[in-house]
Amino acid sequence: MTTPLHRYRIVQWIDYRLPIFSWSNEHLVVYPAPRNLNYWWNFGSLAGIMLVIQIVTGVVLAMHFTPHVDYAFSSTEHIMRDVEWGWLMRYLHANGASMFFVVVYIHIFRGFYYGSYKSPREILWWMGVLILFLMMGASFTGYVLPWGQMSFWAATVITNLVSAIPWIGETLVTWLWGGFSVDNPTLNRFYSLHYLLPFLLVGVVFVHLWALHHRKSNNPLGIDIKSPKDTIPFSPYYTVKDMVGLGVMLFVLGIFVFYLPNFLGESINYIKADPLVTPPHIVPEWYFLPYYAILRAVPDKLGGVIAMVASIAILFVLPWLDTCKVRSARFRPIYKQFFWIFLADCVVLGWVGANPPEGSFILIGRICTVYYFAHFLIILPLLGKFERTKPLPESIHQAVLAKKGGATSEPPAETSAAGNP
Amino acid sequence: MRARLIAMAAALGLTFAGAGLAGVAHAAGDAAELPDHDWKHTGVFGTFDRSELQRGFQVFQEVCASCHSLEFIAFRNLAEIGFSEDQIKAFAAEYEVEDGPDNEGEMFMRAARPSDYFPSPFANPQAARASNGGALPPDLSLIVKARDGGIDYLYGILTGYEEEPPEGVELAEGMSYNHYFPGHQIAMPEPLYEEAVEYGDGTEPTLEQLSHDVSVFLAWTAEPEMEIRKKTGLKVLIFIAIFTALIYIIKRRIWARLH
Ligand code: HEC
Ligand code: HEM
Repeated sequence: MTTPLHRYRIVQWIDYRLPIFSWSNEHLVVYPAPRNLNYWWNFGSLAGIMLVIQIVTGVVLAMHFTPHVDYAFSSTEHIMRDVEWGWLMRYLHANGASMFFVVVYIHIFRGFYYGSYKSPREILWWMGVLILFLMMGASFTGYVLPWGQMSFWAATVITNLVSAIPWIGETLVTWLWGGFSVDNPTLNRFYSLHYLLPFLLVGVVFVHLWALHHRKSNNPLGIDIKSPKDTIPFSPYYTVKDMVGLGVMLFVLGIFVFYLPNFLGESINYIKADPLVTPPHIVPEWYFLPYYAILRAVPDKLGGVIAMVASIAILFVLPWLDTCKVRSARFRPIYKQFFWIFLADCVVLGWVGANPPEGSFILIGRICTVYYFAHFLIILPLLGKFERTKPLPESIHQAVLAKKGGATSEPPAETSAAGNP
Repeated sequence: MRARLIAMAAALGLTFAGAGLAGVAHAAGDAAELPDHDWKHTGVFGTFDRSELQRGFQVFQEVCASCHSLEFIAFRNLAEIGFSEDQIKAFAAEYEVEDGPDNEGEMFMRAARPSDYFPSPFANPQAARASNGGALPPDLSLIVKARDGGIDYLYGILTGYEEEPPEGVELAEGMSYNHYFPGHQIAMPEPLYEEAVEYGDGTEPTLEQLSHDVSVFLAWTAEPEMEIRKKTGLKVLIFIAIFTALIYIIKRRIWARLH
């Protein structure tokens, strides 16, 4: 295929030896995407951009940061006060981590709603779950670095969970810490890991995209691409559509960075870590709260840890727990209801996680935890058996044309924006 | 499409804000309701008032500095709140700092220079505790960011002393009763009172005025980048808004080609 790029001799010379131009053209320009992707399909590329923002701001922070218990806190303040635009880098990085999770969580729930995890996209989905695990590692290790009170105590509480593992738990924790408590060796290895994990993420993201481009995107109808008429080239259609989402995301991020930079943070993280003073409330960052609630819902420490890990690991087998052949919730009236209930369940878990485990929070936390697992282990398999799905459209382009022509061959929910994630 | 876009923006904003609310909800807990005091520097366009800052610095220097350190502020930083180079040199010269070793290998004391950081009033935390009945006066550079409630809490602490504890409350030896301090028993004796400081600009040094000024000063020490941050933010957000609107128009045009 000749593209305008290939008019230049130098481009031809390079491309003959290393086909980066053809490759970019194939994957970023002419790549055929379903023509009916809605704005919820923005969140994948937005997540990619967030990863880039985290890496760029992170590398700059790393130039001025000192990973030592005596200097980590003050070097973070040095970044805030003395480094040119240092406050911007740090606030972008700290709030960027939250934005990254917002975007990725929406991306995941998009997948739940439209059944994007189903065949033939299971490996693509696995890579996504792996990305979530790695992100959690990256943000957890990062949160420890400024060495404030919450950094220190969150690290202590979370690493202590490892001690619940029978027989080797205690030894393992000592090994993790590099000593008998969270201390300088811990800070150093967390820094090392915090620098490493984002680059592992980049690698996994590539595999994620490889699988995506091999089998192509799912779409709001959840039906396969059947002919070239169902697709449009990625550029300019989706490049420009993704840019719209990018603008909105940067605007939201900007509001936090410039006007509410510490809104999502904990005030006590502006007190230098003190191993002798335990804060009254130790809470993780907001994006960990639902898992934290699940952890504490189980009365047994080991059981709690297992439940917490399982709450994410269960996503690996989701493609086989959801046995319904129809992907999109648009054609699954009952699943659609359960989708919203599940979303509400996760939000309530987050709220429970933010509160001390006392009174009715304990009971609510337990009910929501049970429901969380029941959604995957009971509701989804049963729905696959008993739900009556609506008839699927013939093809993507027919459905799109029918909608444009004003014909109502699609379910009415289609027209209400709020109803469609 | 437009409705969808708005829905998406709303969803994004709501998720972020909702998540944040969940995160801070627990903090409201047991603390007393904070005073509702007016500040000039809060809000989207708010800036620090230089005369408040300078008076606040005076309060800090004459009162708080005898017990509290200010480790992240160097004398040179005072230029940012409108002091001249000579004034700064004079402030610095009032303090002695350790330097060295000299050519003989001895440490020596010299007058502080603008590049020096505020010296701590105590040699180490143990000495600080020993002079304060066992309690440690915290460093004040970040205090406004380091407490839930921020500047309102600080103002509350400074104005919230009560001469007599409520009936039935026994104060421990050397403690004072403070309405806003968690648990109400604070080891810091009431630091401010009417005319604790004599202002050069004729402002009346009431307890409220002194507390207001020093609170603003400490808001600045906690966030010296605040003004530039908000100013930059306004430009950046306006730029992003226009950029997004343009892209959206272009997007509609490009997509209109499809049929
Ligand atoms: C006589 C010594 C002394 C002076 C003077 C003093 N403080 Fe304190 N301050 C303390 C001590 C001691 C504590 C610790 C109190 C405690 O933990 O009970 C403290 C604590 C504080 C706290 C922290 C309260 C909390 O929430 O933990 C603030 C804020 C504070 N001081 C502000 C000031 C300001 C502002 C001034 C000057 C106007 C000032 N202090 C003057 C001794 C002093
Ligand atoms: C997946 C991407 C990343 C995530 C989610 C992430 C997350 C975080 C978080 C939550 C913090 C604590 C912020 C605070 O409260 O101060 C942090 C700090 C830090 N990060 Fe990252 N980070 C990422 C990538 C990187 C990269 C690639 C680097 C370096 C190359 C880096 C370097 C740093 C440094 C030096 C700090 C300490 C300074 C500070 O606390 O601001 N980060 N990170």
